[in-house]
Formats: sequence, C-alpha cells, structure tokens
Amino acid sequence: MAKMTLEELRKLRDQKQGEMQKRDIEGKDSRIVIGMGTCGIAAGAKPVLDAFLAALEEKHIDNVSVTQTGCMGLCYVEPTIEVIVPGMPDVIYGKVDAATARKIVEQHIIGKQLVTDHMFDRPAADIIKKDGGK
Amino acid sequence: MAFRNYILVCGGTACESSRADQIYQNLLEECKAQGVADEVQVVKTGCFGFCEQGPIVKILPEDSFYVKVKPEDAKELISEHIIKGREVTRLLYDKESSRKHAKVEDIKFYQKQFRIVLRNCGFIDPENIDEYIAREGYQALEKALFEMTSEDIIEELKTAGLRGRGGAGFPTWMKWNFSRQVANDTKYVVCNADEGDPGAYMDRSTLEGDPHSVLEAMTICGKTIGAHRGFIYIRAEYPLAIHRLEIAMKQAREYGLLGENILGSGFDFDIEIRLGAGAFVCGEETALLQSIEGKRGMPQPRPPFPAVKGLWGKPTVINNVETWANIPVIITKGGNWFNKIGTSDSKGTKVFALTGKIRNSGLVEVPMGTTLREIIYDIGGGIAHDKKFKAVQTGGPSGGVITDESLDTPIDFGSLIRIGSMMGSGGMIVMDEDDCIVDVAKFYLNFSVDESCGKCAPCRIGGRSLCNILEKITVGNGTLKDLDTLEAIGEAMKKGSLCALGQTTPNPVLSSIKHFKDEYLAHIVDKSCPSGTCKKLITYSINAEKCIGCTACARKCPVAAISGERKQVHIIDQSICIKCGVCMETCKFGAVEIH
Ligand SMILES: Cc1cc2nc3c(=O)[nH]c(=O)nc-3n(C[C@H](O)[C@H](O)[C@H](O)COP(=O)(O)O)c2cc1C
Ligand code: SF4
Ligand code: SF4
Ligand code: FES
Repeated sequence: MAKMTLEELRKLRDQKQGEMQKRDIEGKDSRIVIGMGTCGIAAGAKPVLDAFLAALEEKHIDNVSVTQTGCMGLCYVEPTIEVIVPGMPDVIYGKVDAATARKIVEQHIIGKQLVTDHMFDRPAADIIKKDGGK
Repeated sequence: MAFRNYILVCGGTACESSRADQIYQNLLEECKAQGVADEVQVVKTGCFGFCEQGPIVKILPEDSFYVKVKPEDAKELISEHIIKGREVTRLLYDKESSRKHAKVEDIKFYQKQFRIVLRNCGFIDPENIDEYIAREGYQALEKALFEMTSEDIIEELKTAGLRGRGGAGFPTWMKWNFSRQVANDTKYVVCNADEGDPGAYMDRSTLEGDPHSVLEAMTICGKTIGAHRGFIYIRAEYPLAIHRLEIAMKQAREYGLLGENILGSGFDFDIEIRLGAGAFVCGEETALLQSIEGKRGMPQPRPPFPAVKGLWGKPTVINNVETWANIPVIITKGGNWFNKIGTSDSKGTKVFALTGKIRNSGLVEVPMGTTLREIIYDIGGGIAHDKKFKAVQTGGPSGGVITDESLDTPIDFGSLIRIGSMMGSGGMIVMDEDDCIVDVAKFYLNFSVDESCGKCAPCRIGGRSLCNILEKITVGNGTLKDLDTLEAIGEAMKKGSLCALGQTTPNPVLSSIKHFKDEYLAHIVDKSCPSGTCKKLITYSINAEKCIGCTACARKCPVAAISGERKQVHIIDQSICIKCGVCMETCKFGAVEIH
C-alpha cells in the first residue's frame, strides 16, 4: 500500500472497523445461538450459520453476536437456533433454513416481532399470546 | 467476508516461550484440514496479562478462555469448539464452575481491571497495522496534525492530568511545554523502554502487543514540540518487542504515517531504535541520553533538564512506554474523559506486574485509587498455597515494603509515598510468611549495588557497606549497633547521591527495618531466622518422637549426614549437614524440624 492521505486513512479505518467490531463482543447485547451438534450439522446448520452472518452484514447490524452450541435437544426440528434479544423473550426456532434465517434477522432482530411459524419451544403458548406479535 | 469465529492466540513472550507459535501454526493447519479456514480467523495477539496460566487461547464470539493450551490441543479445539460448537471443558480456565462458559468477563482476574494502556493487548494482531487503525488507531494523530494546535494538545494533556509512568510521576504536559517553548531548530523525542526493574514487564508487553500506540504518541509529541526525530531506547534482551516495533515502523512508513509529509500534512517525523545493554542505570533519563549519544551511560546533574537541554544538547522530551501508550487515547477521547478516572492526585490507570507468592500472577491494569487489597486478593486471588500474607514490595529496588495495615490504602503516586514506598514503574512483589525480610532487603540491595554506575562515593561505597552489614546479620554476626549504622549510611546516601538510583538504594532496607524490626532483632539477638531462610541461622534436626526409622531421609541426604538403623530414630550430624533441606522434603512423617 502506498502512502495515504487523510481521506484514505479514514476510509481504511471505516472499512476495517466493521470487521474488528465483529470480533469484539463488548457492546453486543443480542445473540443468535446455532445448534451445531451432529444432528444440527447433518440437518444443514452450516448454511444457516452462513446465512445469518451474511444477513447481519448486509443489514449493517453490529450488536448481534452469532455463536454456536451443541445439540439443543430438539433434534426432530433441526436445525434449531436460539435468539436472545434484550426486552424480548428468548426464543428457540426450529426447522430453520437460509430463507428463515433472513426472515429472523428482518422480523425478529430488526422488527422485534417473533417469527411464530418456526417456534417450537420457549416461550410457552401463553407468552406468545401476551408478548408475540405486539 | 464474515468470519464466524475468531481464535486469539497469545503471542507474548511468556506464551511464546511455551510454544504459542506452534499452537498458532497448528490451529491454522487444522482449520485448513477440517475445512473451516475461510470461516475462522486465527490471530496472534499480544500478552493477555495472564501469563501464569499460559499459553492462552481465546475463542470469540463465545468468549471461551482456554489456558495452558498445548500444540496438540489444536485439533480438538477445531473439531469440537469450531465444528461442533462444544467447548473443550478440560482446557477452560473455569473448569469447576457449574456455568457452561468460562467467560473472560467472569474471571475475577479481569473483573476489576480497566484497560487503557493495554486496550489492544490480547485483542489485535500487533503485526498488522490495519487492526490498530480499525480500533481508532492513528485517529489521535489525525486530530493532532489537522485539527489541533500545539497549545491545544498541551492543554488537553494538562486537563487529563497525566503523570509520567516511568517512576517519578512528573506531569507530562509540563515536560512537553518546556521543550515546546525553547526555540531551537532541532529537538528530539525519546521513548524510555529500558525497563530494568526486576519483576517488571509491562513496557515489554505493551510494545509487543500494541507497538503502534507508542509510535503514534511519539509522532504527536514531535508535532507538538517541533521535533522531527525520535528514538526508542530498548534493552537488547527484548527481541520480540524489538521485532514487532520494527514491523510496526515499516508498516507505518508504508502507509505514510511515519516519515516525510505525514498524511500529506507537510510534517516530517521518523523514529529509530537504539539498543541498550541492559544496565539498570541506563533507564535514568540523563544516563539514557548519554548512552544514545554513544557515551558511557552515567547520570548527569540536573538541571538542565532534558526537556530544555537533552540529546546532543537539544531540547528532548523523554517519556516512558506506558506514558506514551496513554496519549493517543487522551487525544481521541479528550482530557476530560481521562481526568474522571483515578484519584485527585493521580489520573488514569496504572499497569502493575503482580508477581511473587500470589495465586494469579500477571499484568493488571487498574484505575488509580484501587486498593492493594483489591489487587492482591480480588484480582490476584490471594496468597498462593493458602499461606499468610507478609508484605508487598512496590517500586522495585527503589521502593519499600507495605504491610497488611496499609492494604486498604487507595494507591496513587502520593499515597504510596505516604506509606513509605513509591509507585516506581509498577513492579509489585508479594511476600508470604516463608520469606525472610532481611533476605529480601539483601536481594534488592545487591541489585542496586551491582547496577550503580560508581560515579558518586555515597552510592558506590555506601551501598557496598550496607550489603556487608546485611550479610553479617544473615550469617549471625550482627550487632544491635549495626541497625543504627544501616540507618546512618542510608540517610547519607539519600542526601549525597547524584541520581535516584543512589538516593533510593537504601529504601528497601530502611523500610523493612521500620516495619519488621522484630525480625531483624531475631537475626541479631537470637541468632535465628524466623522463616528459616538464612541458612547459617538454621539447624535441621529429627524429632525422636515422630521418626519411625524409615531411612528415607538418610538415603536422600547428599552428604550422608544422617545416621540411624532401620526402625530406629535417625540423627543428623550438624558438622556434616549442608542445610539443603532435602530431608525435610523427603520425610513423610514430619519428623524433620527446622529451628
Ligand atoms: C536508576 C533509574 C532507573 C530508571 N529506569 C527507568 C526505566 O527503566 N524506564 C523508565 O521509563 N524510566 C526509568 N527511570 C525514570 C527516568 O529517569 C525518567 O524519569 C522517565 O523516563 C521519564 O518518563 P515519564 O515522565 O514518562 O515517567 C529510571 C530512573 C532511575 C533513577
Ligand atoms: S547515585 Fe549511584 S548510580 Fe547514580 S550517578 Fe551516583 S554512583 Fe551513579
Ligand atoms: S538438610 Fe540436607 S544435608 Fe542436612 S541432613 Fe538434611 S538432607 Fe542432609
Ligand atoms: S504472554 Fe501470554 S498471557 Fe502474557
């Protein structure tokens, strides 16, 4: 890289800042946890993970960390993911594919609305009535 | 491209020496072999400050903190953590806890810490300038070059209240202002990275983990005072820090952040490295400047101060590594932000190297005003092996001992002096009941006497006399008069030495006499060493009631001083015994006793 001007330095910083923020977990209050047990991987958890990362990047969302965990015990609806957003109930979604992942980002993370047709556990049905789709 | 995991491998000196580089290489290999090389970024960072538990590997975003990792663990880390999303529990720091995750924020060692100086250490790759830039790096330089005048910068430092971290605590803005006000075409900026204090390594870790922070700060100083050349004086024993500095300087030059016409501003500034041979006295600023000039490193009378007449007679600002590392943050976040951290006497944070008989030794950065108790018990986890706390030495060979009655003092430059010690560069050595205070004083004293440049008689001759007297006391030939002599010589050295080395050499002795007079008296009057450290004053003997005649000690004794038949009480022949202590370690029945 050749010598930079002030503008070029600022541009480089803006560009790299996003990348570094993804590494930094401070200030990330929301989390998407992906079940990556053997069953999850077999059911296609991997493309789902990629889809989440791509969707978050596309929408410039930087307060959400995507982490993985082992099997969540809901093997019949794999791939399963859990979404934890402050002020909303923790939700486990099942049968998630790349398209659902995108929907979860748009509707749950950005729109703060639950994606009810993929919910299989937590919150219980009564909580859905109270809190969901408000 | 988005990574889903980041693996941070510590590349500090302590971890490197336990094969962190091999771990890094293996992780890269395994990522390839297991097909995740595109999704996982493996980064080699600077020291995490938790060297005791090293090598350290941290995986984000799960924030899993793996300790004592071996190169052969790489495979499992990738196949389990990365591929299957299961933490490798056996390597977690917090194995016992019922929590699934050992998050860094949950580890007590990190809870009370506040990181300004070490902000990037253990997070960025110090060999990649882009990562520094991404973390607000060189933003302070932008401000300094394009938005602020020299007066603004000095005003910001004044508001911040930053005091030098090299030992004396001199206000940084004042130093810069002196140099700025002297009219001279040639001025210099110097970074003191000599770090000779035994037990201290915060400067090394800062340079290894975040070299650009120092380069950026020195350039800002150059612009402020009107200097175009800087020197980093670093001891040759720090090869990794030197290597990282060289890489950082090269990258900064390529980017136009160092060299001619920085960022197109018209301002030129460049930095050179000068290697020191590792003499403690060369850390003293006037001796250091002599050494850069190619002369023998001997302290010079002040005034004139280097800020006015320094390197080759030109105005020179010399600051310590940690002082420098604070400056970009102050310029970026503002003096008011910095001023809110710390106490009325001392602002900001201080990095301490916590060592000795402490459970978690390592580098800790805490706000000024944190108490010693918090550092030793909350961060350091208390005394190792549940022994009793005896004292803590701050200020290295220039400081003094602090006992438990002062543990709740909020520490800053002023309060440490009031309790009879000093800040120094931040070494903090914890002693337990097994340490002999006279022996510790002797250790520091020997260090200072060896390192004296020999220029002034009080330091050269006085230091040697103090050593001789302490030696006499530890072998059982001390007299009560010796205590008065120690104090008299010590006071004379404080008054008659040219530099702070000679002036502070007696401190560890004088402060330990003050706090532990009984222990000195035990050596002198009773001819005994209460902690059993001073070999000449102890005898090993076998308690006839406990000895079952197993012969284990007799077989281990290197000089065959122990005699006795099987199943009979054994006896140590004191005329042969060399007091090595092996018998005591060997005996399973606690029959060997020390007096
Ligand atoms: C014997 C002796 C050794 C010193 N060693 C160091 C050292 O290793 N590193 C350091 O930064 N300052 C050391 N100092 C302090 C320096 O003389 C000087 O005060 C310091 O570099 C100023 O920087 P600051 O204002 O940023 O603290 C030493 C002083 C003495 C008397
Ligand atoms: S006090 Fe000691 S180290 Fe300092 S100049 Fe004098 S002899 Fe040298
Ligand atoms: S202290 Fe060492 S030399 Fe003395 S009796 Fe025990 S083992 Fe032998
Ligand atoms: S060198 Fe690795 S934690 Fe300090």
